Amino acid sequence: MAQRTVAVVDYGMGNLRSVSQAVMHVAAGEGVEVIVTQRPEDVRAAERVVLPGQGAMRDCMRELADSGLKAAVLEAAASKPLMGVCVGMQMLLDHSEEQDTPGLGLIPGRVKRFALEGQTQPDGSRYKVPQMGWNQVWQSAGARGVHPMWAGVPDGAWFYFVHSYFADPSDVNHTAGQTEYGQRFTCAVARDNIFATQFHPEKSAEQGLALYRNFLHWTP
Amino acid sequence: MLAKRIIPCLDVTGGRVVKGVNFVELRDAGDPVEIAARYNDQGADELTFLDITATSDGRDVILHIIEAVASQVFIPLTVGGGVRVVDDVRRLLNAGADKVSFNSAAVANPQVIRDASDKYGAQCIVVAIDAKRRQGEDLAARGEGWDVYTHGGRKNTGLDAVAWARQMAEFGAGEILLTSMDRDGTKSGFDLALTRAVSDAIPVPVIASGGVGNLQHLVDGVQQGGADAVLAASIFHYGEYTVGQAKALMAQAGVPVRV
Repeated sequence: MAQRTVAVVDYGMGNLRSVSQAVMHVAAGEGVEVIVTQRPEDVRAAERVVLPGQGAMRDCMRELADSGLKAAVLEAAASKPLMGVCVGMQMLLDHSEEQDTPGLGLIPGRVKRFALEGQTQPDGSRYKVPQMGWNQVWQSAGARGVHPMWAGVPDGAWFYFVHSYFADPSDVNHTAGQTEYGQRFTCAVARDNIFATQFHPEKSAEQGLALYRNFLHWTP
Repeated sequence: MLAKRIIPCLDVTGGRVVKGVNFVELRDAGDPVEIAARYNDQGADELTFLDITATSDGRDVILHIIEAVASQVFIPLTVGGGVRVVDDVRRLLNAGADKVSFNSAAVANPQVIRDASDKYGAQCIVVAIDAKRRQGEDLAARGEGWDVYTHGGRKNTGLDAVAWARQMAEFGAGEILLTSMDRDGTKSGFDLALTRAVSDAIPVPVIASGGVGNLQHLVDGVQQGGADAVLAASIFHYGEYTVGQAKALMAQAGVPVRV
């Protein structure tokens, strides 16, 4: 039987070490191989795909195209479990306000910027953008209950965020989780075999590792 | 709601965690990986490693420490101390750091903050400011306020700390790590006036540092100082308090914390 593999897509945008370390940490002992790869054929051959992303979305979209990995990522998005993280989530939508950038169009909707400067938080301190730090994630219950990727993760669990932009899916059924920062925004999206988060599971201690562990076993 | 963060700080030299009083008198406090794992178990929101190695030959030790910690501890890691050029950022991020903190080098060459922020994003660029209340001739000449010191607190730059923080945020610092040199190691609490002045002046988060002696000081740093995060070293290293105890008191006082 072929070795089960998870491909972490390396299209040249920043540092993938923390994502790959966290996935490797949970994959150890489960017989799952984790590869960080720049090769489309590795993405095609993998059982599951993680799409990270950091920096500006325009740079990420350009690098994804220039690296030759875009087609393989789109094929994965149509055929096997795919997990997006941070800008790797934002790229799944149609469009981002950040430098007026088109996305991959896999989740209908747009990516918007927080407009919170000058406003104060419930405790009286002012909102800062980017949102940086730990915030609670409220799991969205669809027609079939909460998403299986949340298995074992308590509703309202804390995850680590660093971002100025957030996803605004046009179909409420694609929202898998929400967080409060000046407004309630979508912090996790899901559609068919795609699940993606704005927050960083790889920096969210045990609850983040639980998400990656669930991803290894998820059968959409 | 976004939680206020508690950040244990590990001063590292020669591969060990140490803690000084007023920037001198180092005491050994243990193995960095063990300490990092213990703080993670206690619920620390983030960890800061400060490489206080004075000589350049010891520099690569910090890379190995960060690699070792990052493979076992899955919370954000900040590294500072001896960071001079944009390539230092690359090396530390590759080793597993999430944020890199500049101090003296930002004063010597402010452009490095612009360059590092453009290249790697503001979210991973921290500027550390060591500030000391003006006294004597400086006070008489320039009025009340705080000056920025560099080189481990030995050199007064003559820069005003609030104006410097504002400039660094404009240059692309994603966060300011603000240490009161007057309070550091004294256990008498943060300089709350300094913390408040900087926090009110800039749009990016402020980490208060220097002077924590008990858990109420952490609450005061947030509620009176307006800090987004509080950093402490000795109260945690020597087992006086756990991070969990700190969070319990902060929650009781109405500060949003991750529990």
